[in-house]
This record gives sequence, C-alpha cells and structure tokens, in this order.
Amino acid sequence: MPDEPLVLGIETSCDETGVGLVAGTRLLVDAVASSVDEHARFGGVVPEVASRAHLEAMVPTLQRACREAGVAIADVDAVAVTAGPGLTGALLVGVASAKALAVSLGKPLYGVNHLAAHVSVDQLEHGRLPEPCIALLVSGGHSSLLEVADVTSGVEPLGSTIDDAAGEAFDKVARLLGLPFPGGPYIDRAAREYGEVTIDFPRGLTSGRDLQRHRFDFSFSGLKTAVARWVEARERSGEPVPVGEVAASFQEAVCDVLTQKAVDACRSRGVSDLLLGGGVAANSRLRALAEERADRHGIRVRVPRPGLCTDNGAMVAALGAELVRRGRPASALDLPADSSMPVTTIVA
Amino acid sequence: MLLAFDTATSAVTVALLDGVDVLAESTVVEPMRHGELLAPGIDRVLAAADVAVGDLDRVAVGVGPGPFTGLRVGVVTARTLAMVLGIPAVGVCTLDIVAADVVVGEAFAVATDARRKEVYWARYGRDGRRTEGPAVVKPATVAMDGPVAGQGPQLYGELFPRAVEPRFPSASALGRIVETGSAELLAAEPLYLRRPDVSPPSAPKPVS
Repeated sequence: MPDEPLVLGIETSCDETGVGLVAGTRLLVDAVASSVDEHARFGGVVPEVASRAHLEAMVPTLQRACREAGVAIADVDAVAVTAGPGLTGALLVGVASAKALAVSLGKPLYGVNHLAAHVSVDQLEHGRLPEPCIALLVSGGHSSLLEVADVTSGVEPLGSTIDDAAGEAFDKVARLLGLPFPGGPYIDRAAREYGEVTIDFPRGLTSGRDLQRHRFDFSFSGLKTAVARWVEARERSGEPVPVGEVAASFQEAVCDVLTQKAVDACRSRGVSDLLLGGGVAANSRLRALAEERADRHGIRVRVPRPGLCTDNGAMVAALGAELVRRGRPASALDLPADSSMPVTTIVA
Repeated sequence: MLLAFDTATSAVTVALLDGVDVLAESTVVEPMRHGELLAPGIDRVLAAADVAVGDLDRVAVGVGPGPFTGLRVGVVTARTLAMVLGIPAVGVCTLDIVAADVVVGEAFAVATDARRKEVYWARYGRDGRRTEGPAVVKPATVAMDGPVAGQGPQLYGELFPRAVEPRFPSASALGRIVETGSAELLAAEPLYLRRPDVSPPSAPKPVS
C-alpha cells in the first residue's frame, strides 16, 4: 500500500471518548472509552458526567490508540475532531485536545460534522462510498435522512425527527418495560426472543396529510405515548406486562417507518445506494427490514458493523482522511465547538 | 522553557517563560470562548518569542476552581501537550495565581465567580500563602472588609467593599509560581469542588 496520510480522529460529542487512526480507507485502530455505565442509573446521558469522563479518558485513549496501532503520535499527518453537533461541554474536551495535538505536531486540524462522519465510516469496511447515496442516520441523539452527493462538501438533509430521536424512543420504552439503559440492545433481544408482531402501534408521520408536509421526517413521541398507554392499561387490569411482546411490536413500528421512508427517499431521488449509520443501525430488525425492502427496488444497502455504527473515533478519522484526499481546506485554530452544527457544514 | 496558561475564569491567559523571565504573554478576557481562544493564544506566544513547540520542557495549567467547561479546556490542553512532547504538566490552584499578583502588605482573600450566586474563595496571609480554601461558598458567609482580589468584589460589592487588583489570573504569575515554588504545585487535575448536578430519575409519569 502506498503511503497514504495517517489521520487521527477524535470523537467526544456524547458519552464515548473515541480515538481512531486511519490511513486512506484502512482502519488501523478504533479505541473507545465509554462512560455509559456512569449514566445508566440516571436513565440517560448526563452532560457534566460525560464531560468529566471525557477529560479523564482523553489522553489514555490517545495513548492506547497509538500503542495498539503501533504508530508514534509524531507520525500522524492530520488531526480530525467532531466539532458538532453534540453536547457542548463534551465536544470541547475533544476539540481542545485536537487543537493541542495540531499545535504540538504542527499538523492540520479538521473540525468535522458528526453526522457526515457517521456516513464516511462505512468506507473503512466496504470501500469507497457510492456517491450519491441516501444515508439513514439513527441514534440516541439523531434521526436523519440525508442525500450525500459528496461526503466532504455536499450533504443535503431530506428530513429528520420532529420530536424524539429513534434511540431516545428505544431508551424511553425500555424504561417503561423495566429494561436497562441504553435500551436498544435489550429491546432488540427481547423482541427477537418473542419473535412476532401482535400489537399495532402507530407509525408517526405516515398518513396522507402528514406525508405531504413531512415526507422524510420522523416522529416517535406519539409511538412512545401509545406504548405507555398500552402498558398502563395492562398494569391497571392487574395483568403482567408482556415485555417481549411490547418490545417486538414497538421495534417493528420504529423500523417500519425508518425503512419505508429511507427506501422512499432513494426512489424519489433516483439513488440506488442506502447507507445506515448511528447506534440504532446496530438493531438487527432494522438491518433485516432495510435489506428486504431495498432489495425489492434494486437498492443496495450498506451497514457498517455495529461497533462502527455507534459513536467512535474511527469515523472521524475516516472523514478526515477523505477531506485530506480531496484536498479540502483545514480548520482554523479558533475552531468553535458547535452543539447544533448543521449537516450542510461538513468542516467548520 | 515553560508554557503556562489558565482558563478557569473569564480570562484566557497564556505566557511563555524562560526561568522567571516572561518572553511573551497573551491575555484575553471573554467568557465562554476558552475553547476558541486558548490554542491561538499558545500559537501567538510561541511565535512572538520565536520559540518552537519542541523547545518546551514543561507546561503549567491553572486547575481552578472555576466554571467547568472552560477549566477542562485548559486541563485537557495541558495533558495533551505533555503527552505529545513528553514533558511534565503541573497544576496550580487558580486562586493562588490571582493571589500571586496581589500587592497589599496585609492578609487578603481571593473570590472568583462560581455562578449560582456563589464564589470560589480562598484566604491568604500577609506573606501571600494560602491559609484557607479553596472552597465554593455563598459570598455572605465570607463577607469581609479587608482586601479582596478576583471578580468577587465586582459581583458582590456590599459584601467585599475593598476591591484590590488583580481581577483575573495572569499566566506569567502562574509561570513564576512554578519556577519558584512559591505556591503549592498540584497535578494537572481540575479542582471541581462541586459534584455533577444530577439526581436519579423518578418513575415515568403515567400518560393515561
């Protein structure tokens, strides 16, 4: 392999401290330290707890990444970091560390968009990104449909959630069912074990008028309330709540809407590649249903392995490497962290 | 060569020292922009003194107490620089850095803004050594007629009627403390003094 630039990526937008090293599209290491256990008893990510954990994990994770990849920090050719969107205090730990790296190594700094990084990570597994493609990014913080013409300069938002993120709905329903945080993997397992869909929970923004105004938007708040009502009715009648049954039907409602709209986006834009990303893309039903529906329309589906779907530094390095390859300008040292960075801004 | 900085107040202050000689210093007072201002400040003092980053043999950081988000910017910057350059990072209490620039010839206190109607607080003897604190307190519980440095007197004038300079820490004072050992040297660990403000959630509210 010719000497492709070695790019280090840092991700601290939520509760994972991630450091990845990438050469071109080759992943050398993906080191992640998670503070998820510290948030579990609060039922959600606590920003100050996450920020403190990032500070403690930052340098050890940088060191571990270099050690496991067998590279010296001085060999790094460029530094990429998530500049937003995310939790401000959490983002700032990564951004400040990345700047210190850039200053001390004398190398360029790229402050990148978290969502665009979720899109580019697939390159590390399945080779160059097909462009254009439609990306469905679903996590605890985001639910977006994007049209990606060029992951380094042209990402157009088609739609997003108008209330809860998909992963947030998973967490809230898990709590109703007495399952641990984060809820996604537990609901996935309970649903798989139950194995059938019996309750007809609502599909948000899929009816005639909603579709006109919100064709590619999502809403999971009504679904969450419907599940809560169903569970409360059961409790009032004194019967036990069938956790697996509720989990399976809830999950089906989420995956049904996500895949329907994703495939619709591909067809309406004449795009034949659909990419899934974000923590919820690790959901087994979402993957299966997306492939089944896309296949019917000759649409190819790309999903990175679960470890690359959740937040990590490799995805930031992957986007950084692509920015370097395409000769995009680097960020200035006064780069701010932007908690609500729009997806149309790929490098800040 | 020592690079020193503090981001635990509204000031972002950076200095480069050779022994106790200050080669360059940059201080900008602007709240909520620590993440944007610190790295350019470092770049600026290195360029002004024509010193390469590889010539640094120590980095010093103010470790608060101070508002957490800005404080962490300084600490993570110090730790990362230390890692890359293979040099030690030392910490100094931010109130001690303010105290180092106080010239009054009597006992005094330093009070900085802790938000939520509280102050970060420490008391110093005539010799400038810390005798009490650092602590986070309601200003009324430490009201005094004696000299008080830091932003406290600007925020709570009736409680601290005798304001003295400086209002903010200077990185040159931080650098001199480290060079001379005139105040306690700490690890590059933030002095939060407050636990994260969270409580476990109550049961979900019924919807029907």
